[in-house]
Amino acid sequence: MKPSTAYDLRPDLEKIAHHVRREARVLDVGCGAGDLMAVLRDARGCDARGMEIDAKLVERAVARGLSVVQGDANRDLADYPDNAFDVAILSQTLQTAQRPDWLLRQLLRVGREAFVSFPNFAYWRMRAALLAKGRMPVTRHLPGSWYETPNIHHLTIADFREYLAGRRVILADSWFFAGGREIGRARANLRAEHAVFRLSRE
Amino acid sequence: MASTKTPHAPRAVRLPHPLPLDSGRELADVHVAYETYGELAPARDNAILLCHALTGDQYVASTHPLTGKPGWWERMVGHGRPIDTNRFHVVCANVIGSCMGSTGPASAGPDGEPYAMRFPVITIRDMVRAQAALLDVLGIDTLLAVIGGSMGGMQALSLAANFPERTNRVLGIATTARHSAQNIAFHEVGRQAIMADPGWNGGDYYGAAGGPEKGLAVARMAAHITYLSEAGLTDKFGRRLQDRDAKSFGFDADFQVESYLRHQGLSFTDRFDANSYLYITRAMDYFDLAEEHGGRLADAFGGAGETRFCLVSFDTDWLYSTADMREVVHALNAVAAPVSFVELGAPYGHDSFLLDVPALDRVVAGFLSQ
Repeated sequence: MKPSTAYDLRPDLEKIAHHVRREARVLDVGCGAGDLMAVLRDARGCDARGMEIDAKLVERAVARGLSVVQGDANRDLADYPDNAFDVAILSQTLQTAQRPDWLLRQLLRVGREAFVSFPNFAYWRMRAALLAKGRMPVTRHLPGSWYETPNIHHLTIADFREYLAGRRVILADSWFFAGGREIGRARANLRAEHAVFRLSRE
Repeated sequence: MASTKTPHAPRAVRLPHPLPLDSGRELADVHVAYETYGELAPARDNAILLCHALTGDQYVASTHPLTGKPGWWERMVGHGRPIDTNRFHVVCANVIGSCMGSTGPASAGPDGEPYAMRFPVITIRDMVRAQAALLDVLGIDTLLAVIGGSMGGMQALSLAANFPERTNRVLGIATTARHSAQNIAFHEVGRQAIMADPGWNGGDYYGAAGGPEKGLAVARMAAHITYLSEAGLTDKFGRRLQDRDAKSFGFDADFQVESYLRHQGLSFTDRFDANSYLYITRAMDYFDLAEEHGGRLADAFGGAGETRFCLVSFDTDWLYSTADMREVVHALNAVAAPVSFVELGAPYGHDSFLLDVPALDRVVAGFLSQ
């Protein structure tokens, strides 16, 4: 990637930022302090909205002039009308959802298109750690011990693909990352630490 | 006597037309008192309308002429403050029905006598109509923002619903789109305290000595409790005794919290008219933005278009709670309005919007910066 087009974002967010259509209406679910939203607004001319559960992060986002609503995606996503957005984004949040299937349905209800990124529990280092030590792995992408982690629904790239296959969802594109760099698609379920999927309604 | 409570000559305009009211009546010869801070830009595009709370007034960032105290939001409004008067032209008007220079029950009616209880019952929307008429006189078509806390926030939401083309931003703090039964109940206690005072005399006390000062003080004491939080009260007073080592086994103000409330009540009577308190609390009780728009709150904001909203609640505010605010957020989401919402942590209850909450400063400055 050329530095001139880099937005200085986390690699998965960078990828999403480059693929969101210019001037799209965007909802970033679990937007944190609004790093991605700020790029989408300033560099892509998007009308970006956010939802975030942590008041401190909402305050920082609002102080940047972003439109962010403090709320719990597990419940409050239901408040948005159908097709309210061109694009709905769920980055690093699916594995923390109470009902990931509900959340994904909501995502493709309020948005015509969705970007979903999540850590891949089938990453080889995960497998190795579990195999070698017999304990829940703790990594950069999935920090925190089993008893204090917000991540309650671990999934793998293969799981996600299988989930999509049974539903009226189009997998439009996918990207994979390891060690902070993009990698190829071959054997992604083993090699990728992190995945981004671009989905749309059938 | 209210006329002696406003010895200063407040800056005011006389509205050129009678004001139509929600009650179906009309109010003629309306004066609206106001203060401004900061310069109006040549393009007239940097005006912010600040709406005050129930017992507030237009002296938001300047010395109060009766109490000599600093303005009620000096920490927020001024040079280099979150509402920066180097950049913005801030207009703050006294609401109609009040007693700091705008037409209210203490004002002279058509026969030259004070209106007293002949003053028509007004609503929040009537107050906003008067604000809009003031802006017409001042030559301000479109506001950069309308901002208010508590009752001021109700006005901000009402302005967004009824005059959506007149503002680009709406900032509502510790407020609600509808007065609840509990809110109405507390106000009724206050009104009954005033009307039970023999000095009230059916509202005809202007020109007499005193007036219903005891009743008004009790009303203020009851209301003041709703502005604070249990934790805030406990933190500030606990069960500590006032100027004594032991209980008096009488009904003096033994506890510090009693002494504090008595002070709050008494100092209020020096600056506020009891009839104004009746009328303004009534206006708040009648406030129901959804009801005004066919029963669906989202329909109130259907015309808001590109207007940006920012709503702030406080976790210890039980008068206008986060749940109340979420109803507004949901309605704005339903019409896909650009809305921000945050519940800030603060220990002071409803009054947090007037007190030192740095996070609020950051939110206000941030919302106005873009």
